[in-house]
Amino acid sequence: MDKYVEMIRMRFLMMLAYRTDYYTGILIYSINIGAYYFLWNAIYGEKSSIEGLTSIQMTTYVAIAWMARAFYFNNIDREIAAEIKEGKVAIELIRPYNYLGMKTMQGLGEGIFRFFFFSIPGMILVALIFPIQLPYNPVSWGYFGISLLLSFVINTQINLLTGITAFFFYNNAGLIRAKRVIIDLFSGLILPISFYPFWAQDIMKYLPFQGISYVPSMIFTNGFSGSEIVYALLQQSVWVLILLIPIRLLWTAAKKQLIIQGG
Amino acid sequence: MNNAIEVTQLRKEFKSYSSRTGLRGAFRDLLTRNYKIVPAVNDINFTVKQGEMVAYIGENGAGKSTTIKMLTGILEPTSGKLRVNGMNPHREREKFTRTIGVVFGQRSQLWWDIAVQESFRLLKKVYKVSDQQYDEHMGHVIKTLDIGPLLDKPVRKLSLGQRMRCELAAALIHNPPLLFLDEPTIGLDVLVKLKIREFLKEINEKYNTTILLTTHDLGDIEALCNRVVMLDEGKIVYDGELDSLKNNWAEQKEIHFQFMNHVNLSELKSLPLTFSAEWEYDEKDQTYIAYLKEEDENISQLISVVVSQFKIKDVKIHETSIEEIVRNIYEKGMN
Repeated sequence: MDKYVEMIRMRFLMMLAYRTDYYTGILIYSINIGAYYFLWNAIYGEKSSIEGLTSIQMTTYVAIAWMARAFYFNNIDREIAAEIKEGKVAIELIRPYNYLGMKTMQGLGEGIFRFFFFSIPGMILVALIFPIQLPYNPVSWGYFGISLLLSFVINTQINLLTGITAFFFYNNAGLIRAKRVIIDLFSGLILPISFYPFWAQDIMKYLPFQGISYVPSMIFTNGFSGSEIVYALLQQSVWVLILLIPIRLLWTAAKKQLIIQGG
Repeated sequence: MNNAIEVTQLRKEFKSYSSRTGLRGAFRDLLTRNYKIVPAVNDINFTVKQGEMVAYIGENGAGKSTTIKMLTGILEPTSGKLRVNGMNPHREREKFTRTIGVVFGQRSQLWWDIAVQESFRLLKKVYKVSDQQYDEHMGHVIKTLDIGPLLDKPVRKLSLGQRMRCELAAALIHNPPLLFLDEPTIGLDVLVKLKIREFLKEINEKYNTTILLTTHDLGDIEALCNRVVMLDEGKIVYDGELDSLKNNWAEQKEIHFQFMNHVNLSELKSLPLTFSAEWEYDEKDQTYIAYLKEEDENISQLISVVVSQFKIKDVKIHETSIEEIVRNIYEKGMN
């Protein structure tokens, strides 16, 4: 266990080594939140609510969705692909640890760093500028916390899956980009799931993506009622378990397939 | 004594694709690919005893790295039996990797953007080394390799020689009984090479560490290894002492001369020597090359005679490289 905690610490150090990335990150996220705020304001116009969300709930939804993204988002799929391409994965395999477990921990280190030094100050800043309704109920905060952690796990699992494909296709950059667009679109980051046509919602019900952004954001904005919350959390947990299976299978196959690039 | 490495009929095959020619071929490649199976390591056998220092040599692409990757558990063999430190490296990877140290000369295992000591700290946790063990063992390693002042620097700011010494220290954090070194001295200057060789010798004597080393540098082998295993096209072509290998195959030395004034080849050929030497003129580099056997004081005699008769601009003594030995063996066959 020690080594995993140490890995989180290493990631902190690495994040601190790249300060410029950190500052530009804050800028990009603020621009995104601002742009979506004005866009939704224009769409709402005189209407008080659309699809069950008021305009203030919508603003809160946008803000929390992006701040949550800072926590669950990571680039470990691209890192795994790069390590395979450059042959660095050889170094990882001579260590007495689980490679995918270590990668997950690196993602978590990155997430925790951004949560404290990015999401929380960012949220305070956004709350001062835009009209946002924070939940008063501590129970909602608790549910939100659990849901956010699960969303991190699901997103990371999907990243691992995408990353491992680099073992099979020498170049999987296109796949990684496609995955990113799919997650932004189907997770409810850009548009809440309830805004999609019914047939699309039906399909998305059977996909893991809404567990990444839509569920925690809806809990935070009080868009879900009591039993809906429990059901949503359960659904997230089930996806966490289901996704373990393809990761296992793909990883076992990948190790057999492994060719170290560059001698 | 126990065997550190036991390899029987080890084989690794790779699929290699060949592209068809032309646009039509490229379209056909989209649907079905032509591929053939190439054995990178072809049914090899050898054993290494605990405490031995063995050089594993061969030309580029001979299968050295592939063997090392199987021995370290990174790659799964296609067939054959493999016991390293009494374990199957690929099957029991996590347990097995605690008992080995690995240095890849061309690949860093330290974290690039952060200080060296942070990498050490992580590895110490990964290998579950206690503070006391660490201080005792690593204190010595750090002192011998002289890397104390480098520990708080980020890896990317180190020179190659500095980094290599840190890599070596990192591979030894858990004091493994078996050490794999894949071209550890590549691109290093002479002083660093000497330091690393001395250090490896010391480690071997102190802890009876087994060392398997691949290299293109004959100096490394001469300084460290008694035994040489030579690989060519995936097969072992020589397994035995270094001395007999060199006596049989590296009998000639080349000495390159450049002169201030014009010299005739016939003048050189008629120099008074107590042994026979062949001369050649290389027009491209304007150098005269003497080939002679490396015996007694041949080299010093030749040089002193040449120097006494002609004004020279430059002299180079050319050591037979591993590649040339391998080529020699390959051309003439092993007897």
